[in-house]
Amino acid sequence: MNIVVCVKRVPDTETKIKIGGEGTKIDPAGVEFIISPFDEFAVEEAIRVKEKLGKGEITILSLGSADAQTIMRKAYAMGADKGVHLNDPSECQDTLAEAQALAAALKGMQFDLLLFGKQAVDYDNGAVGVQVAKLLNIPVVTRIIKLDVADGKAIVERESDMGKEIVEVKLPAAFTAEKGLNEPRYPKLMDIMKAKKKPLEEKPAQLEAPKLSIVKMDYPPARPPGKIVGEGEEAVPALVNLLKNEAKAL
Amino acid sequence: MKFDFTEEQKSMMEVGRDFAEKEILPTQEQDEKSHHFRKETFKKMAELGFFGCVIPEKYGGNETGHLCAALLTEEIGRVSASWTLPFNMQMWGPAFTILNYGNEEQKEKYIPALVNGDVIGAFAITEPNSGSDVAGMGTTATETDDGYILNGQKMWISNAQTADMSLVYAYTDKAKKHKGISCFLVNMKNNPGIKTAAIETKLGLFCAPTGEIAFEDAKIPKSALLGQKGEGFKICMWQLNNTRLGCAARGVGIARGCHEHAIKYALERTQFGQPIAEFEMIQDQLALMYVEYEAARLLVLKAAYEKDQGNIGNTLSVSTAKYYAAEAAVNASGLAMKVFGSYGYSSEYPVERFFRDAKSLQTVEGTSNIQKVIIARAILSK
Repeated sequence: MNIVVCVKRVPDTETKIKIGGEGTKIDPAGVEFIISPFDEFAVEEAIRVKEKLGKGEITILSLGSADAQTIMRKAYAMGADKGVHLNDPSECQDTLAEAQALAAALKGMQFDLLLFGKQAVDYDNGAVGVQVAKLLNIPVVTRIIKLDVADGKAIVERESDMGKEIVEVKLPAAFTAEKGLNEPRYPKLMDIMKAKKKPLEEKPAQLEAPKLSIVKMDYPPARPPGKIVGEGEEAVPALVNLLKNEAKAL
Repeated sequence: MKFDFTEEQKSMMEVGRDFAEKEILPTQEQDEKSHHFRKETFKKMAELGFFGCVIPEKYGGNETGHLCAALLTEEIGRVSASWTLPFNMQMWGPAFTILNYGNEEQKEKYIPALVNGDVIGAFAITEPNSGSDVAGMGTTATETDDGYILNGQKMWISNAQTADMSLVYAYTDKAKKHKGISCFLVNMKNNPGIKTAAIETKLGLFCAPTGEIAFEDAKIPKSALLGQKGEGFKICMWQLNNTRLGCAARGVGIARGCHEHAIKYALERTQFGQPIAEFEMIQDQLALMYVEYEAARLLVLKAAYEKDQGNIGNTLSVSTAKYYAAEAAVNASGLAMKVFGSYGYSSEYPVERFFRDAKSLQTVEGTSNIQKVIIARAILSK
């Protein structure tokens, strides 16, 4: 069983984002970077599949600047075997261009399972996994919360507003991981040390000219101050009126 | 001189931080109230390799070093001082001491089990009438044809009632004074001559068990002797110079926890129409906490670094770090309580716990006064 997991380096979700000098990028100064948490679910699931089957190889694929290798090593420490870093100093944020670069690399790789997080928590596009699957012409199941693999196929569960779906899909196939799929493990200290010795191939990303560019970033508008409408029972009619007519919450 | 951490060290700190927040914090409030040592938490720490940092791979360790162990201790201590104790009770205390003084049989029997958490460790030095004056201990080990018989009482022993094994220091020859002390590896369970009792009257560290041990004609085999007969005092001082590093790192963790909580609170709490962080006297308190935390941390990292370079007997650096980190932790917790005002006095907020836990650091494994004695002797003899 060959498993490829695509991971992206993103700012820690607890980081206070600052916009950089030109107004089109995040200022990386003082920002902690992590594996996108949904990608971490994907890494964990790959390791669990390998452990369950007792065999297989897990390859981490990451597109990004040289710093992406740091989070690839974290996936190694969790249990991945090797990886390919597609170097993109420009840190392209056009999902289609990213998907094309990933798909180009994946065409030269053997895999049964291709795992993604359902979205990266930086720009939250949620597009790359599906786009890569389309470019490779393989089936994709998004936002999975359960994955079972046997006999060249996978049975997966996904949740939607309509209820739970159980999907059977022939391999090779792509999947995007939703919260709830698993609880990622903590890397053991020994495995952190071993991670630096695992193979990591670096090659330039085959990026086409992005069709999408960020023109301007802005902070969300400041929240308007709260309103105290009164106290006790007398305030109820005014509060209901505001909830109905101003906040439109009722 | 490089102040940067390696990527591996950063990853390990992240593991420590995540572990503290996800595995310790969620049950901390109820565990502190019920004085509960959660065995599964201990076991998880062991499985991740937390107690194997300074132990060779051959004995189940990971050789990540004293610096890594100190960083992990700080990360855990930032959330819970209690949960830093196993670093000393498993690794820096028994396992590392056996590694240095034990024979091959002892190393194979105890070290892997201490590292992987199958065996809970302890070390027993203090007695009701002997604390700082280690050579004033009264516990004796009388040699017989087939072993030793222990008699005496130990007090304030971490893990006394939960430990499976303990280093026990006792006199084999009282006439030789401190050169008559020996160290033993004692199996604490299933020995009719060993009785333990929990100490419930302590001020803090509620999730770390503390107790007393009574030896009443407790028979132990000849193979229990660690090192040579009469070498116990030397072993004890050697051991304390390692476990004190763990105490110092705990102090750094407490100091950091205090200043982080205080900063957050000072930015959120509004008085006189503005966050209290805007007031200069609050800023003075926050700045002091930060300075002392940073200074304590650098002292700890330096002492840990020296050990990783092979200088295990670095008493001056360790005692300096232990003294300063203990005082910094106590100061930080006191200042944090001031920043928090009446909420600092409430057990609903963590700073009163830090305040209680920090005080132990001025006493355990050599009081602040003893550290100053060690420091003064070292600098005067230079």
